Amino acid sequence: MSEREKILGRIREVLKAQAPPPGEALSEPDSIRSRQCLPKVGEPFDEQIVLFAQKLAELKADFQIFNSDTEMKQALVSLRDTAGWKRMARHSGPLTDVLCPVLGIPCLLTDQPYDVHDLEAADAGISECDALVAQTGSVLVTNRSAGGRALSVLPPHHVVLARREQLVADLPAAFELLKQKYGEDFPSMISFISGPSRTGDIERILVLGAHGPKKLTIFVLNTNH
Amino acid sequence: MSTFASQFLQDAGRATDNSDQRRFIRTALGNYEIARDRHKGSFQDWQGARQLAAGIKWEAVNHLDKYLEQFVLKLESRGTKVHWASTGLQARETILQIVRKKKAHSIIKSKAMTSEEIHLNDALEKEGLQVVESDLGEFIVQLRHETPYHIVFPCMHLRRGEISALFQRELGSAPTNDPEELTMIARRVLRKKYITADVGITGANFAIADAGMVSITENEGNARLTAALPKTLITLIGIEKILPRLEDLALFLPMLATMGAGQQLTCYNTLYAGPRQPGESDGPEEWHVVLLDNHRTQLLADTEQRDALHCIRCGACLNVCPIFRNVGGHAYGTTYSGPIGSVITPHLRGLQDWKHLSNASSLCGACTETCPVKIDLHHHLLQNRRNAAQEKPAFLERFAYQIFSLLVTKPALWSLAKKMGRAMQPLHKIIQGTPLDPAKSWTQSRELPRLAPESFKDWWRKRR
Repeated sequence: MSEREKILGRIREVLKAQAPPPGEALSEPDSIRSRQCLPKVGEPFDEQIVLFAQKLAELKADFQIFNSDTEMKQALVSLRDTAGWKRMARHSGPLTDVLCPVLGIPCLLTDQPYDVHDLEAADAGISECDALVAQTGSVLVTNRSAGGRALSVLPPHHVVLARREQLVADLPAAFELLKQKYGEDFPSMISFISGPSRTGDIERILVLGAHGPKKLTIFVLNTNH
Repeated sequence: MSTFASQFLQDAGRATDNSDQRRFIRTALGNYEIARDRHKGSFQDWQGARQLAAGIKWEAVNHLDKYLEQFVLKLESRGTKVHWASTGLQARETILQIVRKKKAHSIIKSKAMTSEEIHLNDALEKEGLQVVESDLGEFIVQLRHETPYHIVFPCMHLRRGEISALFQRELGSAPTNDPEELTMIARRVLRKKYITADVGITGANFAIADAGMVSITENEGNARLTAALPKTLITLIGIEKILPRLEDLALFLPMLATMGAGQQLTCYNTLYAGPRQPGESDGPEEWHVVLLDNHRTQLLADTEQRDALHCIRCGACLNVCPIFRNVGGHAYGTTYSGPIGSVITPHLRGLQDWKHLSNASSLCGACTETCPVKIDLHHHLLQNRRNAAQEKPAFLERFAYQIFSLLVTKPALWSLAKKMGRAMQPLHKIIQGTPLDPAKSWTQSRELPRLAPESFKDWWRKRR
């Protein structure tokens, strides 16, 4: 008998004896009940984007919203100049393809297999995302939508380019979106990123950039595509 | 008394004598409580969330066979290799075989309490492999050859000065008392390790049955790097980590963050559905998931305490426990400390050896009240005491109660005992505190109350 059968056999045997369930049976689907328990998020876009910005400020991430491609390009250029980026990495996507070439610095593309040393040498990683979550200030990325597993975590500065319609209200909505978008064919990595990498391991004092990015910048394009 | 019990008494005694250290831990946990309460307060219905979470974990644990099979089927369909291990030894052997086959030299690990439970690092090091813990706190305790002090905050017992001295000694770094600089020293050292490691090893926070995914929660990004860069990835998961549905995470992720570290959401909550898939540009070529039983099915058999398997290892019960706060994590001598550790360790490692932890409790119930999945922790401590006494009654305790029962059921004997007690009490001073003192465990730190010169019964009789 394999270990699998042994363990499952033991489980089936002991589960014949019942343990009392906690509280009443659930009449509604759990996701509706979850939403009623979780922190409240308003309906209108304006309210949600304000909440999102507030959460990002708490998380010490940078956030800006732009009314045109041109404005966003200018902001990227000034980010490059203030931070002194020499090399960058990105993946190919509708926003990155249009906006990133303006930077004019050596650029690694992570859509195809790449050398990890090149990614490690990049000063910034620029990616798109699947969604932005107003409730928690999170960016939802997958390795399919954001250039692999490492682009959003290895370079010291992660820049996210997003569109306004990517903002969702809360975590239940983000999971609904994942299920609708990918069905059964999920990417092999999905991550909710909430602020730059951090640690509190030394005397519970917050330090940013423990292993992942020290800086997280989120640019949102406020036009409908 | 078991050797574990006397060791516990000794270590707990030493820890409680150190008032500086106790103040240090109390301050850290006080700050945690402020942040935790702020985020708890942002929930529309925290008690409703606890009820819901407890219900979801009950569903998962009480249909564990069904959900595990679903989880494994999905994982395997995307090319993940799943291994089952009944014991810690089997899990270690499975992992050793994988690293041998890969001819690995260096291993990068992200935090996994299950790996502490099965002493994985020792086994890998004996094999001649270099194993590096990448979580900052784990990295620090590994350099000190210590076990984690706390299941969420491994090095919360250390001050920056001690960490600086450690880094100077072990890494040759310059002295600094700045937490940021100290963090950057570790960052520089570990960056190289991710890139050169042959194998990555992670733990898991949740195993999602319907989607066949493993969910890992972390703040630092070390687990994400561990799961992105090495060619082979191994994930060790306790079989109780199951959640039925992907959307259950919408509730569990913020609850874990709130109770674990006083955050709304931990920095990275990442789901893994397989190794690198066709068309993907990075990620491990091979992913091995090791499912660990190691006495969990034994706990599952105990219907009274089955809910201890609902635990999501947030550490909230440790943080509020007056015993943990004073004796600290190392005194327990266990992988899992605090109330949850006192409840489950007797199941994992033997009731008679570890029953003393169930007495190291004030039964105040703070643990039960704070638990996000509503585990009835302090009643389980009482049940452990009862089970231990039933299984192996303490001779002296039973003898004492037999005498007591005799005295209180025979009025003549009782009255004689009273008289003798009154006559003998002045003599007690002579033996007080010596090994001859029958009340030593009381009198070494407290006054023995004096018997009244006259009993109420005598007084009442005289008045009538």
